Amino acid sequence: MTTVVPAVFRRRLSPLAVVEALATPHAVDRYLELVNPMLTVRDVRAEVTEVRRSTADTVTLTLRPTRQWRGFEAGQFVQVTVDVDGVRRTRCYSPAGSQHRADGRIELTVKAHARGLVSRYLHANASTGLVVGLTQAAGTFCLPDPRPPRILLVSGGSGITPVLSMLRTLCDEGYDGDVAFLHYADTEDDVAHRDELRALAAEHSAVTVVLACTGHDGGDLSGYFGQEHLDAVAPWHADAETFVCGPPGLMTAVRDLYTRNGRAGRLHVEDFAPAPVAVETAAATGALTFERSGTAVDNTGTTILEQAEAAGLQPEHGCRMGICFSCTQVKMSGCTRNVRTGETHTEPDTEIQLCISVPVGDVAIDL
Amino acid sequence: MTTRLTEKQIDELGLELDAIRQRVVDDLGAADRDYIYKVIRWQRGLEVAGRASLFLGFLPPLWLAGTAALSLSKILDNMEIGHNVMHGQYDWMRDPGLNSTMFEWDTVCPAEQWRHSHNYMHHTYTNILGKDRDIGYGVLRIEEAQRWNPYYLGNPVYAFLLMVLFEWGVMAHDLELENIIAGERTWAETRSLRGQQWHKASRQVLKDYLLFPALSGPMFLSTLTANATANLVRNLWAFSIIFCGHFPTGVATFTEEETENESRGAWYVRQMMGSANITGGKLFHILSGNLSHQIEHHLFPDLPARRYPQVAPEVRALCEKYGLPYNAGRLSKQLGSVWGKIFRLALPFGTRDEAGTPPTVAVVPDEIAAAA
Repeated sequence: MTTVVPAVFRRRLSPLAVVEALATPHAVDRYLELVNPMLTVRDVRAEVTEVRRSTADTVTLTLRPTRQWRGFEAGQFVQVTVDVDGVRRTRCYSPAGSQHRADGRIELTVKAHARGLVSRYLHANASTGLVVGLTQAAGTFCLPDPRPPRILLVSGGSGITPVLSMLRTLCDEGYDGDVAFLHYADTEDDVAHRDELRALAAEHSAVTVVLACTGHDGGDLSGYFGQEHLDAVAPWHADAETFVCGPPGLMTAVRDLYTRNGRAGRLHVEDFAPAPVAVETAAATGALTFERSGTAVDNTGTTILEQAEAAGLQPEHGCRMGICFSCTQVKMSGCTRNVRTGETHTEPDTEIQLCISVPVGDVAIDL
Repeated sequence: MTTRLTEKQIDELGLELDAIRQRVVDDLGAADRDYIYKVIRWQRGLEVAGRASLFLGFLPPLWLAGTAALSLSKILDNMEIGHNVMHGQYDWMRDPGLNSTMFEWDTVCPAEQWRHSHNYMHHTYTNILGKDRDIGYGVLRIEEAQRWNPYYLGNPVYAFLLMVLFEWGVMAHDLELENIIAGERTWAETRSLRGQQWHKASRQVLKDYLLFPALSGPMFLSTLTANATANLVRNLWAFSIIFCGHFPTGVATFTEEETENESRGAWYVRQMMGSANITGGKLFHILSGNLSHQIEHHLFPDLPARRYPQVAPEVRALCEKYGLPYNAGRLSKQLGSVWGKIFRLALPFGTRDEAGTPPTVAVVPDEIAAAA
């Protein structure tokens, strides 16, 4: 028999390793959070230190992260976790502040969507002292280093945050190239950071800020994105790196125009993937993808466990009737229906029981 | 007692139980989260207070208080928190700290093996002879239907040892030692299980029998005995509660033949007839992990346990409506009945059951019911 040395002896005998061995099998943070949720040894969390509601449907939060936070690059996103009616919900938000902010705090602007569980919760309930879960920043929608000589930033609606972060970061860096900021909103009053954008443009001669209103008159421009807007805002756009974030309509318009102009290579985009809409159909449609095994099958309408087995996979399972939770796996995207309750699940990256879930349209499973 | 039910009645009963479950599922929310976190705060609080008191274990009242607090902490951790979390009762909260696939409990059995032997094998094949290895745990003769052989003369001794060493027995359960002895399984097949067990148990032993005693310096032996006592108290308690779940007299067992192609309704009927409740106060139910509501737990293993007392009156009413037994009694009665059986079944002829033979259900096919 081989002798396995307990991990606490294999690792360098740090004080933390000893404390973790004493707390086993629970994590030290599971004890500390009961005293103070901001006191953590491994988990990243953040406390809301300021709440501003600058427009009717947005709320801007300032967060003080725990010491594990490693900072972010302008344009990246973080995952924020809150408990809404007992259920932990996670959403991605791009910090809107400069990456060089001296106090290391994170600014998030959240727009309350009519059906957005988390955004509505934060809009209605966020107050100073609220502690939320946080992940380290991720994403490749970032400014290149060294900075390019000309930068065009385009955004629409709540897509303003990553590009606003880029603009504020460039201003903090004393960037001396041309930078234009073109933002689309229904009306000027819907722009959460309007006053600050105007102030930045006034302070920095190289910065142009243009607000385009799509719904009403007012703003510097009106209507939707097109060649005319592009020429008016940044006549030098052909030599610039362009960063775009916004709703699907804007993204498509920008992509199409840049492809036509042969400049798709200088376009950088951040997609907000909208949650799939739950559609109840009798006929099975869509493709069922098992990401880790690289297998995809046409949805036959049977349970995902049965379809996985039919595809030659052997997922772990037990009772096949929804009671033992042996077959729980992460659904990465798509809509599934629980055959026991008839409920549909649309949220990405959540666990489902394969033996009682059927796909509704395209579904991807981490299997 | 034999209850006659038609297939249609069994299906109806299934739908009524499904409806109870759905109503609770629809109502899950912040109150359930607050409840389990309240239990966790108590458990962690008792654990920290208990371990702290033991640093002053040379004062007998503090040694006793510390040992009691640590025992309660381990009981809460294993029963109301661990067992229930690992059933997926709180998976809907999407809290990684309370997720069935990630949770580990304060005992030597690895959570993953427990989920296999308990959630899958025991809860799916409850009380089916030859399939549910929880019937006697491969060590005891606990049902009349188990054939006697001379080995079972030691039944009370095995039961006593299992009670005292319960956490180790639970850990060894997945090895299926009885099948290895019977030659149906090889020792080599258990290699990865043993690896996991070594990994988990070594950490538990290191914590309770080396690190905490060493930290208390001159109180090394005092802390060591306190920790061993706490583990023993938890063993006695868990054994007693768990044995009262399926082994008191009047609980039915089933054969593989009669449960073939079982409908969902019939599965529910088996769970109700194969389980027994323990009556008691609120604190007792919490300390038992609400396994005192074994019948409700077996019907709805993935509902948060605090909901079992809420649905129990409805389940009981359904049993009355369909003429099914609802086995419930005080801890002393249920435990007495279990130990009585352990002694009686040690002997080949001791199969006479003073409480009568276990109840059975006769399923009447719909066409015969219609003709009658």
